Amino acid sequence: MKGAVVDLDGLLDQRRIWRARQAPARALGLQPTGHARLDEALPEGGWPASALTELLLASPGCGELQLLWPSLARLTGEGGRVVLVAPPFIPYAPAWQAAGVDLRWLVKVDANPLDALWAAEQCLRSGSCAAVLCWPERADDRALRRLQVAAETGQALAFACRPQQASMNPSPAALRIAVDTRPAQWRVLKCRGGLPPSAPVAHFGLE
Amino acid sequence: MLWACILLPQLALDTALRTRADPDLPLVLLGGPAQRRVVQAINLAAAELGLRAGQTLNAARALADGFSCVEADPARIEQVEQLLAAWAYRYSAQVSRHYPRALLMEVGSSLQLFGPWPVLEARLRQELTALGLRHRIVLACNPVAARMLANAHDGLAVLDQEDTRLALARMPIDRLGLPREAADAFARMGLRHLAQVLALPRDALARRFAAQVQLHLDQLLGLRSLGLTFYQPPDHFEARLALNFDVESHQALLFPLRRLVNDLAAFLAGRDCGVQRFAVHLEHGEHADSVAMVGLLAAERDPTVLFELARGRLEALKIPAPVRNLCLRADDLPPFVPRHQALFDARRQQSQPWEQLRERLRARLGDEAVRSLVALADHRPEHAWLAADQGGAGILQVARGSRPGWLLSQPQPLTEQSLRLLGRAERIESGWWDGGDVRRDYYRIETREGLQGWAFRDLGEPGPLWLQGWFA
Repeated sequence: MKGAVVDLDGLLDQRRIWRARQAPARALGLQPTGHARLDEALPEGGWPASALTELLLASPGCGELQLLWPSLARLTGEGGRVVLVAPPFIPYAPAWQAAGVDLRWLVKVDANPLDALWAAEQCLRSGSCAAVLCWPERADDRALRRLQVAAETGQALAFACRPQQASMNPSPAALRIAVDTRPAQWRVLKCRGGLPPSAPVAHFGLE
Repeated sequence: MLWACILLPQLALDTALRTRADPDLPLVLLGGPAQRRVVQAINLAAAELGLRAGQTLNAARALADGFSCVEADPARIEQVEQLLAAWAYRYSAQVSRHYPRALLMEVGSSLQLFGPWPVLEARLRQELTALGLRHRIVLACNPVAARMLANAHDGLAVLDQEDTRLALARMPIDRLGLPREAADAFARMGLRHLAQVLALPRDALARRFAAQVQLHLDQLLGLRSLGLTFYQPPDHFEARLALNFDVESHQALLFPLRRLVNDLAAFLAGRDCGVQRFAVHLEHGEHADSVAMVGLLAAERDPTVLFELARGRLEALKIPAPVRNLCLRADDLPPFVPRHQALFDARRQQSQPWEQLRERLRARLGDEAVRSLVALADHRPEHAWLAADQGGAGILQVARGSRPGWLLSQPQPLTEQSLRLLGRAERIESGWWDGGDVRRDYYRIETREGLQGWAFRDLGEPGPLWLQGWFA
């Protein structure tokens, strides 16, 4: 049989086939997380661009900002708008400023749980936001898929913070990270484009 | 100077038609006293039913059925004429409503901006058609000639004195706007065209006819000028649409709403301003009006954006009683500054600008839903931040990691026993000058699950620790 000759590198670049064991040394991704050890563990060398990332929290306030602040500081520093859709607490402006976030580019949207998903989708789809953070309460597979599609359309980073109980259910998110407090670590549960690293990524805990 | 005359031969009918969803249904415009209703005007579909203008309503009813009747409404026609003048003001600084059902505008000085006359004319026609108005347009070198040539021509453009005179000379005598008796007298004298009248000796004409006739002829030829009052745009917008039946659903209000918003956008473009706040009044029979206020953070004049916002506000409104009239008022008309757009924008073309997105979110979630944060120079956590329209950094620098990223809206008493205090207390004592006096010792605490919180003990009244934030 005479098949078409397909370039293996091309297929790898298009992410149509994955290598089971990644080569460890790679260039820094387009959307670095700001945590060197986490970047190393992720196949794209950072957040998956234009896609949904799910943060599975042991409980609200258990370290999601520690994980996100470097990225948000970088995005707002570049003049990208970051939208918080219905955050569970008030973002304490001096602390965000101390973390390097440019408050001129930070927007908080208040909405009830039903409208919050709509608002997050609108912000993602619009293409005028660099990152959108949301805290969906009872997000089903369908709602997450909508967020994922909206993030692709608007080329924005989408972050959905959800309780860790949701980690059992499958999810369309491109990246799922569980944030543990005891011990302080990040576990990559799923990452598009590679096998999730087996070892959790330890961090220094809360500063 | 070049004067364009836009004649609206069917203004009354078009005014009635433009409020209807389907203009192709037979429609009859009624006038006259209640005892003897007369058909004043009909549309094409009604003409196909065999109806004619001038028939009595009874005769029309006997001939055909399946047509709807609308009362001729002078107030609404006046409103449309006002709107048209505002629209024409976009193209010319000298717009006059001297003649009824016609607009005069000086376009000679506008051509430099809007291109040669055929281009401008095509644009005028296109926009008039979009407004749903049938029209005739004539260009001549004085206003009276333009108006009178429009009686017999459409699309005629005569650019200089000589051509105007030639075109006028061929006009029938009874279409020139002369006083009735003078026109009749000329006709009886065997004079059918203006050329024949102009060939008469001037003094003989002056002796036989009133001075008015000679004046009108001179004005026609541009020998004497006509004093025109020019249109001055009003500084607010108000338009009302009477619905033909009681409306109770939002869906049925959208079509008339779109019409009103389009009128508003035409008005705004004519005045070169935007709108920042407008109100949509739903007028009920007995009930007080329901009002949907549409507020924007920046001036806007794009009809699709305005319509979408108005629609968002309207759909959130509860309609307590059937709606009779829809009314749109706008008082706040600030100058409109078009958004700056770079030629090589990094973002993709179909992306929605942030201002539009923000208005869209506010329309659905409420005016206060979209806020930015400002850090303030105050040590008290409650006073160290502010929700504002424009975010900004504070001058007070706090050490990184010394303040929690999340703040609780209200401090909560901590009852848990297994808390661990991390580090020493930090005293915050401030605010004696504004009544919000605070004397607190703040601790960084760790819960059993490993969460780190920010809690304080009030030095004024001893009690439990109060949790105020999370180091997330």
